[in-house]
Amino acid sequence: MAEVLVYVDHVDGAVRKPTLELLTLARRIGEPVAVHLGAGADTAAATLAEYGAVKVLAADAPEFADYLVVPKVDALQAACDAASADGSPAAVLLPSSAEGKEIAARLALRLGSGIITDAVDLEAGDEGPVATQSVFAAAFTTKSRVSKGTPVITVKPNSAAPEAAPAAGTVEQLPVSFGELATGTKVVSRKERESTGRPELTEAAIVVSGGRGVGGAENFNVVEALADSLGAAVGASRAAVDAGWYPHSSQVGQTGKTVSPQLYVAAGISGAIQHRAGMQTSKTIVAVNKDAEAPIFDLVDYGVVGDLFEVVPQLTEEVTARKG
Amino acid sequence: MSLRIVVCVKYVPDATGDRHFAEDLTTDRDAVDGLLSELDEYAVEQALQIAENADDAEVTVLTVGPEDASDALRKALSMGADKGVHVEDDDLHGTDAIGTSLVIAKAIEKTGYDLVICGMASTDGTMGVLPALLAERLGVPQVTLLSEVSVEDGKITGRRDGDSATEQLEAALPAVASVTDQSGEARYPSFKGIMAAKKKPVESLDLDDLDIEAEEVGLDGAWTKVEDATARPARTAGTVVKDEGEGGKQLAEFLAGQKFI
Repeated sequence: MAEVLVYVDHVDGAVRKPTLELLTLARRIGEPVAVHLGAGADTAAATLAEYGAVKVLAADAPEFADYLVVPKVDALQAACDAASADGSPAAVLLPSSAEGKEIAARLALRLGSGIITDAVDLEAGDEGPVATQSVFAAAFTTKSRVSKGTPVITVKPNSAAPEAAPAAGTVEQLPVSFGELATGTKVVSRKERESTGRPELTEAAIVVSGGRGVGGAENFNVVEALADSLGAAVGASRAAVDAGWYPHSSQVGQTGKTVSPQLYVAAGISGAIQHRAGMQTSKTIVAVNKDAEAPIFDLVDYGVVGDLFEVVPQLTEEVTARKG
Repeated sequence: MSLRIVVCVKYVPDATGDRHFAEDLTTDRDAVDGLLSELDEYAVEQALQIAENADDAEVTVLTVGPEDASDALRKALSMGADKGVHVEDDDLHGTDAIGTSLVIAKAIEKTGYDLVICGMASTDGTMGVLPALLAERLGVPQVTLLSEVSVEDGKITGRRDGDSATEQLEAALPAVASVTDQSGEARYPSFKGIMAAKKKPVESLDLDDLDIEAEEVGLDGAWTKVEDATARPARTAGTVVKDEGEGGKQLAEFLAGQKFI
């Protein structure tokens, strides 16, 4: 069976959930082989094996952290060269993060392969994997495939439910020699984003977002309290971010994060196209807005026209009470 | 020596319009009015600021697209860029990101550059891969997704707000950079700027000028194939209630019914 390379997104060996989703999708196409760059491969291997990695190709070098993107492209290219089975790799899958897409782009060019980004689903097809994408602010769904070379595909978080499927997960060292471009862009310093203690926005099952109607940074605690009662991530519309009420890393929309949770709660968000592009594929959408004409109400499964400062705290209280 | 900055811009269908696909499953560029991609305005702005802070600099805006795409160049020129380059050729219709990067890389090399600046993504395709592809093709450092950028002494530095960390980056010129919508509001063209733009030179190039064969680009030259595009079914209208004092409880009831609580 052909191998499918899966790029592992991790923090010192703690594997992030989108990688488990990639392993699950990879099994539809072939045998997942994980590529782990940086420290912690032995820790990661147990998790990767549990979710179906037959092999873990591991490489660790200071270059991966000290220089931007290119060292990881060199390593993935080496992994493609090392793929052992016939017709392998059948595809290379990466998470649709900013870095994931950049690595994918450069790798595809080097391999002479087509690239598909931001897939929300992946199936095996007669002529190679078929990727589903959600485009034009989620107004259209497309199905595409790579028609030349080894398909390089990036997949959005929450595109599949991770399914355990224990495999060997044997760790093998991957020899990597870095090219001239690898050390072109130096990472002079890195500051990890402080953890909010809440789920990752793009990975969360429930997202609660606040918009212009929240009216100020000091009022976001109303949104946060509801999020915490539901175990949700907190998002914000562009209006709220541009006003400086909430960090850009939490922005949901075309120029921020795209989320596709089971439940999306929009508080004080009118639902401009820019915002809809980032949340329209959520399974269930509810909204609270004082303007009955707000376009967000065209999207909702349930909406309340009212003052969010009345409705949201009442909802939080009710959720807390019901969860006992 | 003059600092040569090339800004890559794209003419896109207005994102607030009703965008859809043409029969050949390429983006329908006739149905909706086009404009300079909003995210590219940030790239033009940063290029102009870098040029203003340099002793001597020249900003060239470059686009690949049909005849109308000259509107995008005109807008960038009216913001203050010095000259334009428009790559236009009927054989380009349907070109994918990889092919587009070939065309732009060749046009940039022909124009000459010390620094290439792009927006973070287009607002139609939204892939966000072009800057990385250009850096790979041109064989120069990639300094991308910057929220802050500065150029000094032949070096570019900037702050990248990445997926899980904020990084400070540094590279020697020549380089390819991209900037985010957090890099600073783009200026509005002044009346004087709009008038001046009409007289600024725009060079027109076709595939022959760039030594690119028609087979390398276009729909048939694409390395990816869109097989199907369907309009997403409209969400079925949900229940909307007016809060009469029990709105929060009603919402909780709905969420409980859906097993969220």
